Amino acid sequence: MKYDVIVVGGGHAGCEACLATSRLGNQTLLITGNIENIADMPCNPSIGGPAKGIIVREIDALGGEMAKNTDKSLLQLKMLNTKKGPAVRALRAQADKITYPQEMRRTLEKQKNLEIKEAMVEDLIIKDKKVMGVILANGEKIEAKTVILTTGTYLRAVILRGSKKTSCGPHGEEPSKFLSGKLKEYGFRIVRLKTGTPPRIEKETIDFTKASLEPGDNILRTFSLDTTPSYKIEEQVPCHLVYTTEETKKIIEENLEQSSMYGGYVEGVGPRYCPSIEDKIVRFSEKEKHQLFLEPESRYYNDIYIQGFSTSMPEEIQEKMVHSLPGLSQAKINKYAYAIEYDAIDPLDLKQSLETKIIENLFTAGQINGTSGYEEAAGQGLIAGINASLKLQGRNPLILKRNEAYIGVLIDDLVTKGTKEPYRMLTSRAEYRLLLRHDNADLRLRKYGYEVGLISEDCYQQFLEKEYRIKKVKEQLLETKITPTKNINEQLISLNTAILQDGISLYDLLKRPEITIEKLKTFISLPDEANILEQVEIEIKYEGYIKKANKEAERMLHLENMKIPEELNYDEVKNLASEALQKLKEIKPTSLGQASRISGVNPADISILMIYLKKEKML
Amino acid sequence: MKDTITAISTALGVGAISIIRVSGREAITLVNQIFKGKDLTKVESHTIHYGHIVDRDETIDEVLVTIMKSPKTFTMEDVVEINCHGGIAPTKKILELLLLSGCRLAEPGEFTKRAFLNGRIDLVKAESIMNVISSENENARRVAMKGLEGYLSNKIQQLRQKMLTLLASIEVNIDYPEYEDIEVMTNEKILPELKNIGIELENLVKSSEDGQILTSAIKTAIVGRPNVGKSSILNRLLREERAIVTDIEGTTRDTVEGKMNLGGVTLEIIDTAGIRNTTDIVEKIGVEKAKKEIEEASLVIVVLNYHEQLTKEDREILEKSKNKVRIIVLNKTDLERKIEIEQLPKEELVYTNATAIAGVENLELAIQNKLNLGEIEKGDYTYLSGTRQISLAKEALSILNEVISSCQEGIPVDMLELDIHASWEKLGEIIGESYREELIDQLFSQFCLGK
Repeated sequence: MKYDVIVVGGGHAGCEACLATSRLGNQTLLITGNIENIADMPCNPSIGGPAKGIIVREIDALGGEMAKNTDKSLLQLKMLNTKKGPAVRALRAQADKITYPQEMRRTLEKQKNLEIKEAMVEDLIIKDKKVMGVILANGEKIEAKTVILTTGTYLRAVILRGSKKTSCGPHGEEPSKFLSGKLKEYGFRIVRLKTGTPPRIEKETIDFTKASLEPGDNILRTFSLDTTPSYKIEEQVPCHLVYTTEETKKIIEENLEQSSMYGGYVEGVGPRYCPSIEDKIVRFSEKEKHQLFLEPESRYYNDIYIQGFSTSMPEEIQEKMVHSLPGLSQAKINKYAYAIEYDAIDPLDLKQSLETKIIENLFTAGQINGTSGYEEAAGQGLIAGINASLKLQGRNPLILKRNEAYIGVLIDDLVTKGTKEPYRMLTSRAEYRLLLRHDNADLRLRKYGYEVGLISEDCYQQFLEKEYRIKKVKEQLLETKITPTKNINEQLISLNTAILQDGISLYDLLKRPEITIEKLKTFISLPDEANILEQVEIEIKYEGYIKKANKEAERMLHLENMKIPEELNYDEVKNLASEALQKLKEIKPTSLGQASRISGVNPADISILMIYLKKEKML
Repeated sequence: MKDTITAISTALGVGAISIIRVSGREAITLVNQIFKGKDLTKVESHTIHYGHIVDRDETIDEVLVTIMKSPKTFTMEDVVEINCHGGIAPTKKILELLLLSGCRLAEPGEFTKRAFLNGRIDLVKAESIMNVISSENENARRVAMKGLEGYLSNKIQQLRQKMLTLLASIEVNIDYPEYEDIEVMTNEKILPELKNIGIELENLVKSSEDGQILTSAIKTAIVGRPNVGKSSILNRLLREERAIVTDIEGTTRDTVEGKMNLGGVTLEIIDTAGIRNTTDIVEKIGVEKAKKEIEEASLVIVVLNYHEQLTKEDREILEKSKNKVRIIVLNKTDLERKIEIEQLPKEELVYTNATAIAGVENLELAIQNKLNLGEIEKGDYTYLSGTRQISLAKEALSILNEVISSCQEGIPVDMLELDIHASWEKLGEIIGESYREELIDQLFSQFCLGK
């Protein structure tokens, strides 16, 4: 057999998956419908943002590519939520839609053990519930030990504008016509999902004087820990902000029935978090105006993406809608907005490793699993790639826990709760978000990246050094005490903080809201590295909250560690509520912790299950 | 819980009909074995059948049998109810037959427990049913019934909804930081709402502690020197026509306690034996014993002799009980006053004597006043009952109070949100539901977001 791994689909999930497997020494074949579309960004020109930006950091910590590739293709970079606590800060980049795919393709083409082939996969080779390879549209068979499906929106894709339906992918490419039907035959539950994207406007036809400026930050940063900033602050490309007008609202209200959604042409379920503009007008009819961001797509062509204006109206109505916006009365639409429908599998058919429960050695990642977003896709792609490799090596899968990573929350939610709409990561989905910060992704995950083999010895030694120095600085602050001498109190007054009555360690002094770690330099010499100081400051200032979160996480882990044997016959467990019984049989949770997160499984059912497992000596 | 349980569900010996309830997997087959009539294993669910209960050849009683099959039953298991004639003998005989054929006698409240464990009722309802079953007085029953009707669940739901709205407003700021048309939550903005919720929760906790007075008996001590008239006061309080006196043996101190019902509240009087058998233990009763009783009691009635000057013992008892809910009774007012009233604590005094009924009524009134019963009676009955509920509500309140002070200290809203969430979850535990999904649903119904 020539290949260890075949990855089907070259989007963000597929790129991470094939890079992970090939870097871990597996002969990998990436099959994509169109080589030009590798790492394509068919929707918004941005990467990161709340929660999503933290996923990108996590991908970086584990040894994935998305952060590095974003750093190579920045249009602008911004830190969001800077006025809030450290747990919710997140980076967001506007990424160049030409550079990003180009750079990623270059990385793929240079990668050892990785081959790329342009073709359409329409079936799998399956023997005894094990995948053995793929079958192409022309009937050609390619064998491999494992297969990772990262098909994005391409399964039976249909593009909708008003009543017009076209069977194609985002750029008009050929969709996969039969693969989802085959998957259904093999026993997967197939769901139909929908998402949408706004119109793209020719930059030269917009009067930006009518819009307000949204520039990037004036501090240089990078997504990846291992890169240095390659952009100049003043060369960042700005975004702009405009609002819909009364006219926009009127046009939409008058033509509602013409949209694919309201005209009843859509079967798929769309996401609540990214409603079309017509949805927003209908659901929030009392609002006079809605915010829209004008985002540049690239330095190399002139399209402007209207964030907040996704629609499935027919083209002629879109013209009217766009022209009703301030500064866009003369705007030329380069690409009309559309809704896209596609098939996905029900993620309840997956294990936590992202291997399917139905066919061994078959993994899936990205939109095929019911998610939405480049970052969510890339995170899963990386985990699927890692776990396919670990499986080939006969090792246990890497399963990130909910208190370890957003990626862990994402996968656990998918395989435990399933999803009825395209799933987007939100900070509110993470109950331990205080532990899952963008600043500590490496402290949480680098060790796993190293153990798996994606983080080099050098990088890991650097990381250990950083970890050690953080510990040292904390110790230093704990050991250094200041006393209420006249000199010290005068210094404290100049720092705008209360004078001392008793001696205090610098560690405790730092807990005062008005004291920053920079200010401590009055009393002690500290290292210059901002990332070390930032870490020390956060860990000390929010120590109480972090401890609480850790305690809660421990409680969760206790249930998590109570494993449910795979062969457990739930019918033998008496008195489970019938809904709980049905859900448990369907999802087959691996631990009591996972069981407790299934909707419809109540605390009483968990107690009954726990008592049963103890009685049967399974715990 | 694999076994089939049975119990007589009506009061034994009274009423024209008795009902024996059977619940469990084998309920129908087991009843069928002792039933002469239709084959009960072949009948439709939720039907009533006429026949006889038989012990081999002997007919025990003429009965109506109701068959209810799982899951649409109270316990969500198969349930059979046998309506028989109300006499003690046939009812007991039928129960015996069921036990012989393989049923187990249900423990008190076990049907309810199964209903809860099988997901038929929520925790508050289960606890309320248990409270109705074991309620000792009218108020307790009313509080429990309110729980059963869902008043309490509603009250908690309301509080949680307010918190959820606040949580969603904060979360939406985190996930969509650049949406200017969404109100930015600052510490100043959330503080008033936090305080409002705090006050409501505090009221619920406080009224529930009062509610506990309603639902559980209040330990009451009647203390005083020997021969001041404790026993006569006790006897008059426990007037036969309305007193519920139960003798419970085998308590840890091996004493006999008396219970009385006063304005819907149960008083449990400590060591009535000690008070009544004054002749036997006159020598043993001393201040030491009184002190111990004062410690145990929630309500202390100090009895002093109107006809004698205050003694050292009197003063010690007064000193020891000064921090308790206390009523001072001056007994023997039919005799000449010798007690130094001016030296007594400045409190309401109750005057009684062995011949005046009015004096006892004054004492009852004083007790009602002391326990704020008037207020409680007027109020609604939306109380948390049971220690579990109250302690969870208290935890929720204490977390919320912490949030309020952190909010004033300027901790960022997203950190505060973590603790508001913790408090919200504690309240959810009271009614047995805590799901994160709710929050996300709320987020999307409340705000207009998206690309």
